Amino acid sequence: MTPRGRGGNVTTGVERRTQHKYIPATDAEREEMLRTIGAASVEELFADIPSRVRLDRPLRLPPALSDPELMAQLRAMADANVHSDRAVCFLGAGAYDHYVPSVVWHLAGRGEFLTAYTPYQAELMQGELQAGYEYQSMLCEITGMGVANASMYDGASAAAEAAVMAKDLTGRGEVLVSTAVHPEYRQVIRTYTAPLGLRVTEIPYRHGLTDLDAVARALSPRTAAIIIQHPNFFGCLEDGAACAELAHRAGALLVCAVAEPLSLGILEPPGAWGADIVAGEGQPLGNHLNFGGPYLGMLAARQEFVRRIPGRLVGATVDAEGRRGFVLTLQTREQHIRREKASSNICTNEALLALAAAIYMASLGKAGFRKVSELNLRKAAYAREAIREIPKFGLAFEAPTFNEFVVRTPLAPEEINRRLLAAGILGGAPLGRWYPELSDAWLVCVTEQRTKAEIDRLVALLEGLR
Amino acid sequence: MTPFDKAQGGPRDFPVIFDFSVPGRVGSSYPNPDVPDTPLEQLIPASQLRKEPAALPEVSELDVVRHYTRLSHRNFSIDEGFYPLGSCTMKYNPKIHEDAARLAGFARLHPYAPAEGAQGALRLICELEELLAEISGMDRVTFQPAAGAHGELTGLLMIRAYFETRGERRTKVIVPDSAHGTNPATAAMVGYQVVTVKSDARGNMDVRALREVMDGSVAAIMLTNPNTLGLFEEPILDVEEIVHHAGGQLYLDGANFNAVLGVTRPGDQGFDVMHMNLHKTFTTPHGGGGPGAGAVGVKAHLAPFLPVPVVERDGERFRLDDQRPQSIGKIRAFYGNFGNLVRAYAYIRSMGADGLRQVAETAVLNANYLLARLRSRFDLPYDRLCKHEFVLSGARQKRQHGVATRDMAKRMLDYGFHAPTIYFPLIVEEAIMIEPTETESKRTLDEFADAMLAIAREAQDDPEVVKTAPHSTPVKRLDEVRAARQPDLRWRAR
Repeated sequence: MTPRGRGGNVTTGVERRTQHKYIPATDAEREEMLRTIGAASVEELFADIPSRVRLDRPLRLPPALSDPELMAQLRAMADANVHSDRAVCFLGAGAYDHYVPSVVWHLAGRGEFLTAYTPYQAELMQGELQAGYEYQSMLCEITGMGVANASMYDGASAAAEAAVMAKDLTGRGEVLVSTAVHPEYRQVIRTYTAPLGLRVTEIPYRHGLTDLDAVARALSPRTAAIIIQHPNFFGCLEDGAACAELAHRAGALLVCAVAEPLSLGILEPPGAWGADIVAGEGQPLGNHLNFGGPYLGMLAARQEFVRRIPGRLVGATVDAEGRRGFVLTLQTREQHIRREKASSNICTNEALLALAAAIYMASLGKAGFRKVSELNLRKAAYAREAIREIPKFGLAFEAPTFNEFVVRTPLAPEEINRRLLAAGILGGAPLGRWYPELSDAWLVCVTEQRTKAEIDRLVALLEGLR
Repeated sequence: MTPFDKAQGGPRDFPVIFDFSVPGRVGSSYPNPDVPDTPLEQLIPASQLRKEPAALPEVSELDVVRHYTRLSHRNFSIDEGFYPLGSCTMKYNPKIHEDAARLAGFARLHPYAPAEGAQGALRLICELEELLAEISGMDRVTFQPAAGAHGELTGLLMIRAYFETRGERRTKVIVPDSAHGTNPATAAMVGYQVVTVKSDARGNMDVRALREVMDGSVAAIMLTNPNTLGLFEEPILDVEEIVHHAGGQLYLDGANFNAVLGVTRPGDQGFDVMHMNLHKTFTTPHGGGGPGAGAVGVKAHLAPFLPVPVVERDGERFRLDDQRPQSIGKIRAFYGNFGNLVRAYAYIRSMGADGLRQVAETAVLNANYLLARLRSRFDLPYDRLCKHEFVLSGARQKRQHGVATRDMAKRMLDYGFHAPTIYFPLIVEEAIMIEPTETESKRTLDEFADAMLAIAREAQDDPEVVKTAPHSTPVKRLDEVRAARQPDLRWRAR
């Protein structure tokens, strides 16, 4: 196609400069289409836009890049980042460096899944719908809950939606949120609940765990839910059963946030010890770190809450010939039907990441899921005990942990991270930015990706710090 | 077109992954521990140890590959065919964007990597903000919202915070009767009373009705422009004047931004805040329902309320700033769906200013062309120039032949197309909402128009074939009532 100069075709007003590979219409086709429409020019099709709001100049954007130029530019930007293939990652705090089996994105990345929309035409979208049903099923299995939705935005917003759901279920106006819940989750819970008049009361931690005495004191007939995280933000294992009992005795619900679902391979699931709603982050289930997103909001609940759960639900049914098929169901909860009376405004979710999570969980299977979980536990325990022995270092908390633990450091954690980065190690999260009283505390994460040799090297570097 | 040959389930139920499970089979490979084999009970209390392993399927790697590949064949995607879903902007999703988003430097970057180790990612976010500010005519842009509705929530929360700061108590949000369902649902989530204003005979917001309800108790109006009828709101400047005169804010639902790229900027129309669905206009793939990305642009007076953190540029250095005391806080963890920001950035850089204007012009040309080809056989409730989409009505077919819009939509599937959006907007009886996008060729548009016209003929000559459609999909029409009455939302071992 020959590029034309500006105003090159006076007869039709088709005025274009270059033919772009994403826009197939040629000048000849444009002319033909304009004739069918009965318009003299493309410009005429915009005659309904008042001239006062028309842009009378080209957008001020950098010149268009060809594909090779574009890729070179993006590669340069990507290369400026210290990612977890380049540095040994001991950083977690709500985003986890796990091995993603090759099958996961070879399958989830197929164009048939990637470039589909929400499955409104069920007969044509059985693949997406069935994968959603399988995801819901597997999520129920790992959490021990009765029902799970097809996904939310991320762990933090799922926790916030769980708080709102607890308010609606109980008709009560306050949630108790443990300060051992991820600080960003707590921020999001506050943002979502403030305009609804739902009061958020924070419960202090003691020895790295939610202070159950403080919970007992704070509970009242106004309490809609207690919100804990398990394992909590410090990596420590909460006494979920005790929290559930306290909540239920007061007629409140227990919401359990799970930021690291791989812990459920080895830990008794929240459904087994009385959690009413599980809200969590599914990134560790086959999804990459992605600088914080896209991630996968997980939401599961007791079966009887099914009609109050926000977001999309896939259900099995039969077709006109009696064969099993899948549809989006119980849609009267949702915004496109209920509008201002909907259980949430959520529409687009994270379906593709739920699919990846399903493929990941199926790949790991019953034995693999447990094995990966156990690897995390053992490697982190090894690292924890080794770091504890380093002179002037110590553990902040003695409670049992999964794959993260908090270290007290003799130097500012930020300074330690600077030195480790120079040695090709991405150190843990300094906690002082969220917990002023923990300005010398460092949250270290050890996943199945870390080898004993890497852990030993970290320990040696810490021992050598001056 | 027989897209489903390989995927036909035949007379039997298509299996679920659990059906392939055989005890002892494995589908993954992990090393044995290289650290001491301490008994688990010494690491965590016995009461916390999982008693029953999660009943995940026990399948081989090939089982997984084959099952999900077959499921992919039982799906419909832009890669396979035309997807004229109105209001969804189902345009081509370039493959190079997938390669870009999967570069290890982006995909394997931890959100808490220190800023000095994330300069490339922060630069990308900062530059994308600058690009979108220019394209939209807004002053600042946040990328934290994960989707359009999440962007609406962010926008209304900022408006709420703005009025609180000024000591004004405003309790209402106005939405037109043609609005997306997310608009009123969002207003309710932010604690506002929803006031619905009807559309006028031309499909615009009724300015007289707006004048009647607009007063000092209204915090904002939420408009979509072009609106969900695919029509540009001709009285936009009147609306702007009425709302701003009473001290209210203008929120733009930017779902339909594709129609006006480089032609008119929402910031210049007077909008104070807008969301941009990067998964529509800026072609990040929909993924079967997500992830999206709902960038929110604001004018300077709302910038203090943006979610934290924002990315700030100090020359050629980039940093995250969360010291913003008036911020609404956070609406999700971290910084948003970064992977989609990479894709949107790649798109804008590959299109340039001329390319983006061509996007709008061609999307509008394609829509008007399809409308011209279809208008004789379907009712057209608002007969005007359309923008990137248009809304027909199947009322004639329903009345004359008992064939509902739902039936015609199902019949489209037999012709190898996805159906248009149907029964929305709610103000059009038997609505059929068609958005072709700029990435479709005339040939595809003609094939689609021919199919629509053939179905209109079938509705007249052979209504049964339409009413019992679809006939060629992996399953026949599904019993939605049963799905809702007897919810079966998870597989259980029988």
